[in-house]
Amino acid sequence: MDLPIIWFVIIAIFWTGFFVLEGFDFGVGALHSVVGKNETERRVAINSIGPFWDANEVWLIVGGAAIFAAFPSWYATMFSGLYLAMLLILVALILRGVSLEWRGKGKTQRWRNSWSGTMTVGSILAPLLLGVGLGDLLVGLPINADEQFTGTFWNLLTPYGLLTGVFLLLMCIIHGATFMGMKTTGDVRVRSRMIASRLSYLGFVVALGWAAWTHYLGSRSVLAIFFSLLAVLPILYVAPGLAAGKEGRAFAASAVAIGSSVAMIFASLYPNVMVSSTDAANNLTVAGTASGSYTLGVMTVVAVVLFPIVLLYQAWNYWVFRKRVSAPPATPPQQDAKTSA
Amino acid sequence: MSNLDLGRMQFAMTSIYHFFFVPLTIGLSFLVAILQTKWHRKRDPEMKRLAKFFGTLLLINIAIGVVTGLVQEFQFGMNWSEYSRFVGDVFGAPLAMEGLAAFFIESTFLGIWIFGWGKIPEKLHLACIWIVAIGASLGALFIIAANSWMQNPVGYELSAETGRPVLNDIGALFTNPIFIWAYIHVLLASAVTGAVIMLAVSAVQMRRKINVSAFAKSAKVAIVVLIPSVILAMGVGSELGVMETRYQPMKIAASEAQWETCQPCSFSLFQIGGGNDDQNPTKIIQVPYMLSILATNSPNGQVVGLNELQAQYEETYGPGYYIPNVFVQYWSMRVMAYTAGFIAIVGLWGAWLWRRGKLTTSRTFLWVAALAAISPFIVNTAGWMLTESGRQPWIVQGLMLTEEGVSPSVSATEIWISIITFAILYVIIGIVWARLLIKYARRPLPEDTPDIPTDSAGEKIPTLTY
Repeated sequence: MDLPIIWFVIIAIFWTGFFVLEGFDFGVGALHSVVGKNETERRVAINSIGPFWDANEVWLIVGGAAIFAAFPSWYATMFSGLYLAMLLILVALILRGVSLEWRGKGKTQRWRNSWSGTMTVGSILAPLLLGVGLGDLLVGLPINADEQFTGTFWNLLTPYGLLTGVFLLLMCIIHGATFMGMKTTGDVRVRSRMIASRLSYLGFVVALGWAAWTHYLGSRSVLAIFFSLLAVLPILYVAPGLAAGKEGRAFAASAVAIGSSVAMIFASLYPNVMVSSTDAANNLTVAGTASGSYTLGVMTVVAVVLFPIVLLYQAWNYWVFRKRVSAPPATPPQQDAKTSA
Repeated sequence: MSNLDLGRMQFAMTSIYHFFFVPLTIGLSFLVAILQTKWHRKRDPEMKRLAKFFGTLLLINIAIGVVTGLVQEFQFGMNWSEYSRFVGDVFGAPLAMEGLAAFFIESTFLGIWIFGWGKIPEKLHLACIWIVAIGASLGALFIIAANSWMQNPVGYELSAETGRPVLNDIGALFTNPIFIWAYIHVLLASAVTGAVIMLAVSAVQMRRKINVSAFAKSAKVAIVVLIPSVILAMGVGSELGVMETRYQPMKIAASEAQWETCQPCSFSLFQIGGGNDDQNPTKIIQVPYMLSILATNSPNGQVVGLNELQAQYEETYGPGYYIPNVFVQYWSMRVMAYTAGFIAIVGLWGAWLWRRGKLTTSRTFLWVAALAAISPFIVNTAGWMLTESGRQPWIVQGLMLTEEGVSPSVSATEIWISIITFAILYVIIGIVWARLLIKYARRPLPEDTPDIPTDSAGEKIPTLTY
């Protein structure tokens, strides 16, 4: 394998990892007001992702920066072409980030409801729009021979892109629900399990249609077919798994499904990185947009050395906070003191 | 306004805003680590309460630093696609390394630190906040390396095929003299920012006569960090100026509005008039030899004037106007230097009162120290305006003009939409941030309660942090 292909794979891994990890954060953010009927329950939901969400979001930052470094023209055309979509993604991620951090810092119900609202909106918009963007890479956007996007905002709303967005959003919600089923107790856990079970059947149907459409558009390589099976089939395990009390396995199933969905997009995209709907000759490709071999070589060394370490300490983070989050007793002593740090 | 102006306006706006939070995060994380270390060593419960108190302020701040950082990464591609296409091979690498080597560390260990009180061994928990601080400063390392390459491109060759710079020596990015001085300068500025805020918050609390003994301790820690940091920051900044005279002479000549070559050169404290259309402003109080010393480290050094540099650049790069905005250069340099001087005076004044045992009682000092909270933000902003505006009209010094870097596929309407969106969003977030910070800065010190409370039967009671 040559270096550009290695970096295409690394970028696919970053984006896949991002959706596997931040996917459940999005789901929890979108669902926290639904599974939490009162303030304590909502806080239980939010605190289930408390120690993790910030580090999970870094996967997106690294995924974006890796595209910049390894495939500058891909980064340039994609980020400028998807301009207004990128703007909305940023707004959604900003709202979500500050909502998570600030919601518990105020006392009034109005304060908390406001930040709950922005958290929900941000958590829904972000995966939806990222999905639209990823879908657009594959279905194609108007791109001319100078690698410039020639369309408008409306060209971004392709039917396949929209379906990809809706599908990934749905998967994030299911994934967030299985996560809370695994990580919380009491009513939050019960409601999360119910939502995950019910939505999983809808998820399966949408996944089937989406995977078929992706195969129609994409490379239909062995790898793409492999990932499409892993994107669709595990969803069927979510409901029976939860019913049998195997919450960890149900979460693993939704993780495999959402991860494989993203992996399938990249497998179907190869050898392109952005398809041009104007002319196939204008497609941006892995080979055509890659940085020089020196840069890719240096970055490979850095990634090979650092990435396993990153995985180790992130895994340690999940190990430290492996216990379920539960509501404190009805009248918790010294609740006020805990608002610090 | 052209797309170039709009793009620059947006970048200036979002970067200045982002950099309100970055140095505060870096500085405050080190200071919180120091407080927690002191608690760990001496078992002084007040130190632990202070660590938690300032830790909360750090968290209020860090969230915005993270999310506004996302904007920074995305907008290179959004507004400056041709810049990104041109420089990605070199410029992208440190950005990607930042994520892998620094941002993962900072965010993961911050999560463990926030939620880990009482859950992991104390030493490990203490290590976490130090790792957060180191991770945050490592992040700045890669970003400044990338920025310094724009000021003084090194370690590359131009591709025969595409005409774009291709990296051929990654080590050169980190031995770039601009980088070395700029990075130390940023770290010191971060320490100053964190220390001034800690001193200001402590001053507010001491004025209110609440927990005076505890906040006197944090004020002293802040003063001990502040004085050497601010003095070194000024020295290192001056050395950075010497480097810039060598690699970006326009930047330094413009910051003195020095149109004609001089030797020796004096430094004016103020001027009336001036700017790119007025080569003869009225300079007030000229300090002889001062500019020569600042620019060349020698009292008799020569500083080449803007007009001569312009002629040289036209010869090298072809016709064009290569002089940055002189008004912005002249005043950003002075605002930065004078405000830094003010900060140094506040620090020294505090140390003097401390020696005389009056630190907690001098109402005037406590009032000035509280108001000084705004000064580091002014210094940091002015410093970046000096650096970035002084690079114009280049986006990469000598290699690419800023006007060549804009995104051709993005319309002025789209840039306006994003400018207005960010403006509204950032103002709202800024107001909430300031209110939260003030509210939490005025709260009494948290009581020294067990990290995980237990009920009467000795069972641990779950806690919800968010």
